[in-house]
Amino acid sequence: MEGTILRTENLQISFGDNKVVKGINMEIAEKKVTAFMGPSGCGKTTILRAINRLHELTPEAKVEGKIFMHNEDVYEMEAMTLRRRVGMVFQRPNPFPTMSIAENVISGFILNGIKLKTQEKNEIIEDALKKVALWDEVKDYLKKKGTSLSGGQQQRLCLARAVAMKPEVILLDEPTSALDPLSTAKIEDLLYELKGNYTLVIVTHNMQQAARISDMTAFFYLGDLLEYDDTKKVFTNPKNEKTQNYITGRFG
Amino acid sequence: MTPFDIRGTKRRQIKDRIFSGFVWALTFSCLIVVFIILFYLFEKGIGSINWALFTKGPKPVGEFGGGIANAIVGSLIVVVVAAIIAIPLGISVGIYQADNRGKRIAERIAVAVDVLQGIPSIVIGIVIYVWIVKPFGGFSAISGSIALAIMMLPPVIKSTEETLLLIPHTLKEAALGLGASYYHTVRKILIPTGMGGILGGCIIGVARIAGEVAPLLFTAFGNPAMVFSIFKPVDTIPKVIFAYASSPYEDWQRIAWGGSLILVVFIIILNTIIKLFENKWKVQF
Ligand SMILES: Nc1ncnc2c1ncn2[C@@H]1O[C@H](COP(=O)(O)OP(=O)(O)OP(=O)(O)O)[C@@H](O)[C@H]1O
Ligand SMILES: [Mg+2]
Repeated sequence: MEGTILRTENLQISFGDNKVVKGINMEIAEKKVTAFMGPSGCGKTTILRAINRLHELTPEAKVEGKIFMHNEDVYEMEAMTLRRRVGMVFQRPNPFPTMSIAENVISGFILNGIKLKTQEKNEIIEDALKKVALWDEVKDYLKKKGTSLSGGQQQRLCLARAVAMKPEVILLDEPTSALDPLSTAKIEDLLYELKGNYTLVIVTHNMQQAARISDMTAFFYLGDLLEYDDTKKVFTNPKNEKTQNYITGRFG
Repeated sequence: MTPFDIRGTKRRQIKDRIFSGFVWALTFSCLIVVFIILFYLFEKGIGSINWALFTKGPKPVGEFGGGIANAIVGSLIVVVVAAIIAIPLGISVGIYQADNRGKRIAERIAVAVDVLQGIPSIVIGIVIYVWIVKPFGGFSAISGSIALAIMMLPPVIKSTEETLLLIPHTLKEAALGLGASYYHTVRKILIPTGMGGILGGCIIGVARIAGEVAPLLFTAFGNPAMVFSIFKPVDTIPKVIFAYASSPYEDWQRIAWGGSLILVVFIIILNTIIKLFENKWKVQF
């Protein structure tokens, strides 16, 4: 596919004897939003975490098959390099509790031992916070703890933290599932804005959200990729019966 | 008819009262004991607190006055050096333990730490005597520090491990997800986040060793002179208390009370610091 940034080749993931992802082949388009959908437990989070190799923290997890990023085998790369190129936003907001709002934004630099001049620092902080539409709300409280913010603000802070590192891909695991509709709408707007510059992969259970912001939609079922196409096609004219049932709310 | 059988409610209430009263009485008697000890100590010790106690060394038998300046300095040296040894080691082991739960080595270390915690301090003293004092040709402050460091390890290891286990896994993932190395994740996220608990464990460890005399008898031994070297034998407050309190001279006994009071005040200060830290370092996730 032209403009492919990520490609999986027979990706299989198991926890102990439990095979959760059963051989996925898919390509993810660069600078597009790809939505992962499917019923609970079908392996969406598991696939997402395989992309930036977070399963390496779980001893019983086993990843087989290959994932390529620009034709480079992700599992042959240095994990730290990969994770700087592929940012992640988790389901629950998790700002670093000992860091201020400002420090949280540049935490990627702090954690990688990258020293910034005050000027650079301020620019990065302002730029990232503006990108996630948080700047106006927090610009007078940058020294306050990141955890003192509301859940929706915290999640935008976590997005800012990822964006500040200028990754090529941002993985988002149900980033709005813990948020109220207003915060959700804000984050959705943001993702829409970001998609010109970043490749976004978003796991969501929210049909409208997928329809609104994604270009491509993948539908997973019990560890298999059942359908993967333009979001419009998947929503208006799903080929697979299971997809159709899921979208029309008959199961899920 | 009420839907529930409420017969017997009265009896249960009475039982409940009796139980609460019982718990309260036991709690109160514990407190009383603590207060009596502290009161007695202050009453006996406060009279011997004077400038000389902090600035003078011991006087020969029969001469009135003198102090425990050498023992205060000795105790500081022995305890500080012990903490310098035990804290980095204990925190490292605690981090390893928290990160490797369920692995064979970690489980064995956990058992070893439990056993270590139960070993009588005098036994640790003897072991250090055989391993370090004898081969290196004599008593020294450093050998005492090593003995105390071993005693200090269990609380530091355990509090580090327990604190780190309470930190949500997602924080570690967030840090690694940003491309951080394991080292930076530990140093910049895990340790600062768990700082309160880790420091608390260190302080408990220091409080535990500050009053120990048994392991010092074979190691730091004692020294009537003021010494600032870790390679020479030194006096320590607990050792002086031990020696003076069991002597027949009233003036020495007086000094022993003074030393006890200093030690207890030191421990109370440490406990206060723990309480202060608890609030100051409390982390909201
Ligand atoms: N660390 C783990 N250890 C063992 N099994 C796991 C682990 N993580 C996930 N699983 C299993 O893998 C399967 C897929 O989980 P996953 O979290 O990927 O589902 P999901 O599609 O993200 O679901 P949801 O929509 O509920 O988030 C589940 O059956 C789960 O029990
Ligand atoms: Mg999930």
